Amino acid sequence: MESKENIKFETVIRPKNKWFDLRLGEVIKYRDLVYVFVKRNFSTLYKQTILGPAWIVITEIITTVIYTIIFGNIANIGTNGVPTFLFYLSGNTVWGFFSKCFINTSTTFTSNAAIFGKVYFPRLVMPISVALTQLITFAIQFTLFLCFLVFYVFKGSVSPNYALMPLFFLLVIIMTVMSLGFGIIISSLTTKYRDLTVMISFGITVWMYITPIVYPISIVPDRWRLIFMLNPMSSIVEAFRYLFLGVGELKAGYLIYSSAIAVFAFLFGTILFNRIEKTFMDTV
Amino acid sequence: MSDVIIRIDDVYKQYRLGSIGGRTLQEDFQNITAKLLRRKDSDTDSAAVKSGERFYALSGVSLDIYRGDTLGIIGQNGAGKSTLLKLLSRVTAPTKGTISYNGRISSMLEVGTGFHPELTGRENVYLNGAILGMNKAEIDRKFDEIVDFAELSQFIDTPIKRYSSGMYVKLAFSVSAHLDADILIMDEVLAVGDVRFQQKCLQKMGAVASNEGRTVLYVSHNMATIRQLCNRCAVLEKGLLKYDGDVASGIEAYLSNQDTDQKVFNDLSDAVRPDFKYGGRSVLKSLELIGKENNYFVNDEKVSFLLEIENREDTDELHLQFSVKSMDEITVATFLSPDVFSVKKDTITRLKVTLDISEIVSGSYKMEIVVAKANHICNFVHYDKISAALCFTKELPTDTSYTLAWKTQKFGYIQNKKITIEKV
Repeated sequence: MESKENIKFETVIRPKNKWFDLRLGEVIKYRDLVYVFVKRNFSTLYKQTILGPAWIVITEIITTVIYTIIFGNIANIGTNGVPTFLFYLSGNTVWGFFSKCFINTSTTFTSNAAIFGKVYFPRLVMPISVALTQLITFAIQFTLFLCFLVFYVFKGSVSPNYALMPLFFLLVIIMTVMSLGFGIIISSLTTKYRDLTVMISFGITVWMYITPIVYPISIVPDRWRLIFMLNPMSSIVEAFRYLFLGVGELKAGYLIYSSAIAVFAFLFGTILFNRIEKTFMDTV
Repeated sequence: MSDVIIRIDDVYKQYRLGSIGGRTLQEDFQNITAKLLRRKDSDTDSAAVKSGERFYALSGVSLDIYRGDTLGIIGQNGAGKSTLLKLLSRVTAPTKGTISYNGRISSMLEVGTGFHPELTGRENVYLNGAILGMNKAEIDRKFDEIVDFAELSQFIDTPIKRYSSGMYVKLAFSVSAHLDADILIMDEVLAVGDVRFQQKCLQKMGAVASNEGRTVLYVSHNMATIRQLCNRCAVLEKGLLKYDGDVASGIEAYLSNQDTDQKVFNDLSDAVRPDFKYGGRSVLKSLELIGKENNYFVNDEKVSFLLEIENREDTDELHLQFSVKSMDEITVATFLSPDVFSVKKDTITRLKVTLDISEIVSGSYKMEIVVAKANHICNFVHYDKISAALCFTKELPTDTSYTLAWKTQKFGYIQNKKITIEKV
């Protein structure tokens, strides 16, 4: 105890993290763990299945067919002249990525309590690896979408805006950041309030119906339009369709609004996450 | 020795009793509105404070751990051992105080963390290794060593859900044992696996701690492994550090505190005893030391006591057995009654017993007494057995060179004095 003050330590564990000390460098140090988790998420999903990863494509096609029958043929919702199948496939692809990424990150703390309770690693590794897993799934489903798109383009029934296509990457980034942000906000709050897990499961369905997935925004009456566009996902889905199907709305203002929401949710989420992660084991 | 690698500085950890996770949005809204309305009963954040339902698992622990230490942490259930390790491994954060350290800490709070049953052994080694903080290159380098140590090269590409529990633990331990961390935290990891593998683990851990200059923190209830592995010992009691120092005295401080007090007169009628088939025919009633005011025996002093046995049946060949045990249940020596004797129904037999414990080294001991019927074919039929009929402390003068250097862990509990050495 004599020389108590003159030793410097590399790591100091304090009761609470500082608000903005996100320690992202540490996450980078654990990048191998991110990789391993992503690999695990994939390889465990389709172990002992015959079709394996083909299921990613099959489920996508089946849901789209169902949407086409119900919303396109029975309910007869217009698609602005785009082939119905392609219209619903595009909505499905975008929403599937966003919702899965959101739902899977929102259970970060509760579903990983067993691992978190035993070893330390930057907790942010979990939601990041979930997002990467979903990105890869999205890449596969997007390729599927592209195949059908090429088919319909040759048939001459759609005319994409080729010049704007690089914007696609921006859309993906906004969606990833936004779903991660909302996901980790929910995951931080569910450590205390389990009510949210119940809310999320039907909340995501409600969210889907207020997002132009199974209908184009153009059928929404003008007086409701602004309220619909307050939903940050609306402009993204519409922009996606504008790029690839040539119909829909692309307005810079709406996209900036969505990006702002995404960045805000992500920052707020990581800060909240950072506060919660230290002691969540005591409350989970 | 001034190379402090971990400094635990006045650490408190508080838990809230009652339903912690069960707080709902509604309760918190009530709290928040109450706060806003400045009701005087809500200046603290929950109802739990009012009823004082807070519990300190650690209340002010300070400890410096040096590089290369193998520190055993012992204490009763609820003493705060696991809480301390959880804080060190950053699973949860302290309520007050800081913990500082250098280098990387790897914890084995439970082996096989993150093992996924669907994945193969190989995939799990990578998964588990990464969770424990190794990067891919490190695991690549150590992979063969890990598999060899686990003795599982044949099964490494089989999903671990098909493993036996022993194989599972072997693989899990093997990954943890090959971590390149500067500080290793271990909690009861040796609870599973066969005896041979347990010994192998202990050797590996000892090697890790001594040869590679690593620091190991080890929590266990198994005093034998603490003795074998550790060079320093900390005893926790009710969230406080009660003892910190060498292993033998630490274990003694912990164990002697656990058992009943050392008493001159021991009433044995209500003592805990096993349920024998013929139990109760002759039972131990009391034990009283003769001519003693305390339970300290110095030098060659003999343990002499009056034993009362209550007989409920006639028995011809009653036999007694006295075993001196160390506090961690290692039998040191056993005294057998030289003859059998007869007792009559509904009488009380009073015996004066004298045991020569002069060769037993300093320490705290307890005595187990067995009452049995020994028949002509040397079969013992147990009538009664009490595991701690008497607790006593043996003290040898500390000024002899023998006792100063005596390590029970190495030399045992008997210092056999029947030795003559002559120059010829």
